[in-house]
Amino acid sequence: MNNIILIPMILPILAGVLLIFLRTYGRLQAWTSIAVMAVVAAAAVYLLNAIQTDGILRIDFGGWTPPFGISFVADSFAVLLVLTSSVVTVICLLHALVSTDKELVTMYFYPTVLFLIAGINGSFLSGDIFNLFVCFEVMLLSSYILLTLGGSKRQLREAIKYVSINIVSSWFFLIAIAYLYGAVGTLNFAHLSVRVAENGQEPLLTTISIVFLIVFSLKAGLLLYFWLPGSYSSPPVVTSALFGALLTKVGIYAMFRMFTLVFYHEPETTHNIIAVMAVLTLIGGSIGAIAHNDIRQIAAYNVVIAVGFILTGLAIATPDAIEGAIFYLLHDMVVKALLFLLIGTIILLTGTAQIGKMSGIIQNYPILGWSFFIAMLSLAGIPPLSGFVGKVLLSQGAIDSGSYLLLAIALGSSLFVLYSMLKIFKNCFWGETIVSKDDQVPLRRGFLVPCLLLVALTIGIGLGAEGLSAYVSDAANTLLNPQVYIDAVLTEDFQ
Amino acid sequence: MGINDVILKTVAKAVVLIILTFGIYLFLSGHNSPGGGFVGGLVLASAFVLMFLSYDTETVKDAIPIDFKKLSAFGVLLAVLSGLGPLLFGQNFLEQSFDYFNLPIFGKTELATVLIFEAGIALTVVGVVVNIILSISEDE
Repeated sequence: MNNIILIPMILPILAGVLLIFLRTYGRLQAWTSIAVMAVVAAAAVYLLNAIQTDGILRIDFGGWTPPFGISFVADSFAVLLVLTSSVVTVICLLHALVSTDKELVTMYFYPTVLFLIAGINGSFLSGDIFNLFVCFEVMLLSSYILLTLGGSKRQLREAIKYVSINIVSSWFFLIAIAYLYGAVGTLNFAHLSVRVAENGQEPLLTTISIVFLIVFSLKAGLLLYFWLPGSYSSPPVVTSALFGALLTKVGIYAMFRMFTLVFYHEPETTHNIIAVMAVLTLIGGSIGAIAHNDIRQIAAYNVVIAVGFILTGLAIATPDAIEGAIFYLLHDMVVKALLFLLIGTIILLTGTAQIGKMSGIIQNYPILGWSFFIAMLSLAGIPPLSGFVGKVLLSQGAIDSGSYLLLAIALGSSLFVLYSMLKIFKNCFWGETIVSKDDQVPLRRGFLVPCLLLVALTIGIGLGAEGLSAYVSDAANTLLNPQVYIDAVLTEDFQ
Repeated sequence: MGINDVILKTVAKAVVLIILTFGIYLFLSGHNSPGGGFVGGLVLASAFVLMFLSYDTETVKDAIPIDFKKLSAFGVLLAVLSGLGPLLFGQNFLEQSFDYFNLPIFGKTELATVLIFEAGIALTVVGVVVNIILSISEDE
């Protein structure tokens, strides 16, 4: 019995529902959520090791075998993402312990975060596309609530854009699923892969795949990222850290799944479109990152650049490039959470988000300053840190396949990332202090510990890349050989 | 509601009873024929909404002292727990079973564990729908 695959989705839901009954107990809610997410992370570690020995794991709900029933499929790629998102959530919740208002807590903040994670983990593990849609919706509904909790004018304004754009894209998603079901008569990923391979990926199927591409691009912020900077920069610290670290990654995951498992027969069309979109995303994100003076906006545009970077890996689609993209995906979840937490903390301490109004913060809060420095180096991809491995592997893949233009733009974007971060570091952290030591707002340890944990994590991923690479190459292997996935899910009769 | 709407109130009293009965019928018949927890729950919720419309919110809240937010949470809890039950017997999540029992009045009756799951769904739907209507009506 593989019922342990359920833990990443069922446990947060169960805990979230129970916490609704404990509405007024803030501390209890926080610690319960942290404990639950720690258990989920432990389960993910267990699953990850089980997959290395036993191959891809699967659980059929109600005992209905695929392609008839719905099932959760745990391969290395999905479980790596589940693990990283759970760890990041634990750390963000530690920050929430001190930074979240009492008012927010009584308005179901923790249950909503848990539902958000349940949706995210469910999307990673789902074995058929309709269930993916359902889990997407669980995630999106929770994100609507989290975005509007607090109810400041700016939040509500961004929420209108965010909610309407996502409702439209969910509607597209549903229509695309209907088209796909009409065309090949199944919704199970493995069965889809078999059927599409049998029939050949005709122009009609390629068109359907492009509808999916548009849907996932809207969710991931690939080229269609116009809604992203506003909505990711307006909510409270922890919410924006969770959004920046996790939400776009689900869209990226769905794109990887669809275009490596199902629609991989026409790379001249689909993968080239992805490449063009990735390049435009990199360019647009870079311009946005250097143009703004609001540190929250700069961070949000850095999310956009990372999305473009990861998807160049999918566009190149050599083993090295895919491995690099997976590494970078894991790195980005950690480091974006770190970046948003640091920036949120800076804003809480200084009371402003404008670069020009801050100066010399490193004198007041040295540890915070150096944490930001490490985050900056990690984002830029300096060797011992986690961003480096992904960038090197992806570059190798690009050189092997001769995609020099993609490589040049992807690496060029790193310079813009570095420049935008240096701009913050130089203007906010260096220079004359405005606030004297006596007047400064005290930095509570609760703010600093989560940031330091994430710093340790980004150094750890960088130094421990060797240990991680076995899992990552297994994940890349499954992505590049659809038959591995199909064998694990379907019996002989349906292949 | 300020207006004297005797007709609405009198009709509502009778109609609510019919709707509730129909809702429970739909809920129970859902196992093998059209109906089920979701549809049954919607019909049950419409009975509550009718009560809120014909009488004022205060009166109904006094008569039915239920927190509908918690009701929907309880529904989800029930549904998830009924799915987790089979795990105790070493079966898959959401695995269902059924058997025939001889009950005093009904005679030979089929009882299925899916009923618990459906009850959870029905409670969730009632809770959510009534909650939405109440939140909108509270708006100034």
